[in-house]
Amino acid sequence: MTESVHAHADEKPPGLWRWVVTTNHKDIGTLYLLFALLMFFIGGSMSMVIRTELFQPGLQFTDPLFFNQMTTMHALVMIFGAVMPAFVGLANWQIPLMIGAPDMAFPRMNNWSFWILPFAFSMLLSTLFMPGGAPAGGWTMYPPLVLMTGDAFPYLIFSIHLMGLSSLMGAINIIVTILNMRTPDMNLMKMPLFVWTWLVTAFLLIAAMPVLAGVVTMLLTDRFFGSSFFNAAGGGDPVMFQHIFWFFGHPEVYIMILPAFGVVSTIIPTFARKPLFGYASMVYATASIAFLSFIVWAHHMFTVGMPLAAELFFMYSTMLIAVPTGVKIFNWVSTMWRGSMTFETPMLWAISFVVLFTIGGFSGLMLAITPADFQYQDTYFVVAHFHYVLVTGSVFGIFGAVYYWLPKWTGNMYNERLGKIHFWCSIVFSNLLYFPQHFLGLAGMPRRVPDYAIQFTDWNQVSSIGGIGFGLTQLIFVYIVFQTIRSGSKAPARVWDGAIGLEWSVPSPAPYHTFQEPPKLAEGELQHEGT
Amino acid sequence: MVLPGLAASPAQADFALNMRQGVTPISREIYDLHMIILWICVAIGALVFGAMFYSIVRHRRSKGAVAAKFHESTLVEVIWTLVPSLILVAMAIPATRTLIAMEDTSDPDLTIQVTGYQWKWHYRYLDDEVSFFSLLATPSDQIKNRSPKGENYLLEVDEPLVLPIRKKIRFLLGSNDVIHAWWVPDLGWKRDAIPGFINESWTWIEEPGTYRGQCAELCGRDHGFMPIVVEAKTEEEYRQWVESRKVAQRSEQALAEQEWGLEQLVERGEDVYNKICAACHQPGGVGIPNVFPALKGSPVATGPVDAHIEIVMKGKQGTAMQAFADQLSDLDIAAVISYERNAFGNDSGDMVQPAQIKSAR
Repeated sequence: MTESVHAHADEKPPGLWRWVVTTNHKDIGTLYLLFALLMFFIGGSMSMVIRTELFQPGLQFTDPLFFNQMTTMHALVMIFGAVMPAFVGLANWQIPLMIGAPDMAFPRMNNWSFWILPFAFSMLLSTLFMPGGAPAGGWTMYPPLVLMTGDAFPYLIFSIHLMGLSSLMGAINIIVTILNMRTPDMNLMKMPLFVWTWLVTAFLLIAAMPVLAGVVTMLLTDRFFGSSFFNAAGGGDPVMFQHIFWFFGHPEVYIMILPAFGVVSTIIPTFARKPLFGYASMVYATASIAFLSFIVWAHHMFTVGMPLAAELFFMYSTMLIAVPTGVKIFNWVSTMWRGSMTFETPMLWAISFVVLFTIGGFSGLMLAITPADFQYQDTYFVVAHFHYVLVTGSVFGIFGAVYYWLPKWTGNMYNERLGKIHFWCSIVFSNLLYFPQHFLGLAGMPRRVPDYAIQFTDWNQVSSIGGIGFGLTQLIFVYIVFQTIRSGSKAPARVWDGAIGLEWSVPSPAPYHTFQEPPKLAEGELQHEGT
Repeated sequence: MVLPGLAASPAQADFALNMRQGVTPISREIYDLHMIILWICVAIGALVFGAMFYSIVRHRRSKGAVAAKFHESTLVEVIWTLVPSLILVAMAIPATRTLIAMEDTSDPDLTIQVTGYQWKWHYRYLDDEVSFFSLLATPSDQIKNRSPKGENYLLEVDEPLVLPIRKKIRFLLGSNDVIHAWWVPDLGWKRDAIPGFINESWTWIEEPGTYRGQCAELCGRDHGFMPIVVEAKTEEEYRQWVESRKVAQRSEQALAEQEWGLEQLVERGEDVYNKICAACHQPGGVGIPNVFPALKGSPVATGPVDAHIEIVMKGKQGTAMQAFADQLSDLDIAAVISYERNAFGNDSGDMVQPAQIKSAR
């Protein structure tokens, strides 16, 4: 009986057309993840150009304008093309499986929110071949500089509109799915933490993305329709752009890290074989971080010359974020404390996340101290800071998630030895890449420069060696995924002996259709039994 | 002989790794804040990572560890919410004190107006009617790796900003085009230079010396090539410098009254071109296709003289071409136009006199 149910549940339409018209959350999750991987390599190759040019002082390979195009496009591609779609892909695959829902709430909108992305990024990347080249004013698009962009300008704005639409539809879908489609026994405080962090993230997206859409539209009218929002000569204010942009931009950084918190909160209990410590406080900490993320934006722009009262307010509110973030880190360590730990690849990524994200958090706390920020601002110290939280934070979180759930998705086990090689190479090279950038920034090297004074040479060379090594290491990852799909050993339904949660109650690979009937929650089926 | 050598090496290592202490009371306070928060982070890191790695070593299944069952404790949650909060309050107090001092720009002894341009700085001494542009002095051969790089590669300018020591100096920062940021690490701060707005900041330099910095806000193609050099002098030397500067400005004005020959104009124009124009239009006037137009054989440089004068003086809206009427003297505009019309094979033989520019204003 169960055999025939599963056989029917796993019927997939044949052919490639399936991927275009699919409304299946697993297919769409796969599409998102593959798209993110492609963008990770495109954005990564741009950073290779940057690190190669910076290997030595002097201009070796690039014109400064092309260098600026690389820094700008690298950021846009990595943020909107790699990290965000990767997390949406994880959400698509995992949220229905973790809450016992048959699919996302709006399957057709789900299809559309993915298929907008290839168009958005084709448009954005095509600007590299336009007269005047790609946008070169930084991903933050500060006017008046961004208004000097060549033919690429309207393409930049429109592609951001499309990315925003895609994110918004994804966020709406996730919220409705989580709030309406949980299996009846699962109240909110029984939800896995990955689902919780995504619920909060989705609300951040809905609040932040329209602000970005609005502010880039104002840029568009300033350039083409004679408005003067950001032009002082017409009564506008270029600093107003920065306020509006960072009102989006700061929640955006939490959009990129909260789901990683959820991933780590899932992986650590599994391999410590012990329930997550302080589940409720984790939920409250996530919510407070989300709230605080809306009242700290001006710490990205302390040097624009704000009134003293504003500088003090944003310094205090920014320092405050350290409190809930600290709670999370203490909780992860307490979860490991007196556990029975093993160190498979996902656990290694999770542990490295806790350490390296915390280092990024420390430099964030330093940056919050406004007087010191007058030195740090716009230097390589900032570059080091946000790459620690975004690469060794978010991206390592994504790697952990992929290794953790890949056997569930493909039905095959990845090669543990290769996974560990990928992990250790990434750890060594990413720290070679980013740690010296702290020194460069403190010693006085500004960011976004194609050339530098000779006293910065040594650390730039170390950083470039780390960068090239980190880039090449990721080819191992592609091979591992490919090999797992093709020829990995068969994985059981409950892939990890400490794994708890509904996604492990279905076979591996997860059949095409799951939970067409809401599952009953068995005793011990959840990490958190709730109240 | 040995002692100074010993003393110098840790200082150099510091320079490569850590923030500079700088040469003002504020920059030292900032350095102290930086070190306090750094050590707080190191201490917390040692505690947290220490506990974590202890656990990783001891509580592993391969050593026979059996998982405990605890997963909640309101008491410890409260403790590790409150303790960090108290540390933050303790940190906020000195930070607030320094910030208040930094924002107090009242009662300056002298005021300097700093204006950012793509890609140079302009300084105006408001108390002394002295003003000049300050441009990168590193030869492009060094940047393009055709000759060895000097000691102050990319951090050297033709005209440094000269300042007196032990005076409260107020800066008024603005911009002519896009947003720049004026940053000298030894003074302890950077401040954005924003078109249409004036920002204020101040410094009080303790000792004479040369302090180098650069633009810190992405401002276009040559953002990495607009350094800042501050030369701090004693009060007396500073006054001497101001007076000599005034004399030089007056003799420059006298030159503009003269009638100039083509050869002299072209010679002077070449200097102006290489300093001001070549950043975009490139040495040799070849431009960058689709970004900056070439001057070699261009309709403007080979067409009517009046149109050429107009575009140089008034700029071109919506492009990077600035209005140079307020940036360059009559003589320099006349010279550079004469140069552009005769260089790069444009060979028109046209010549523009300073008087023509004066009347075009």
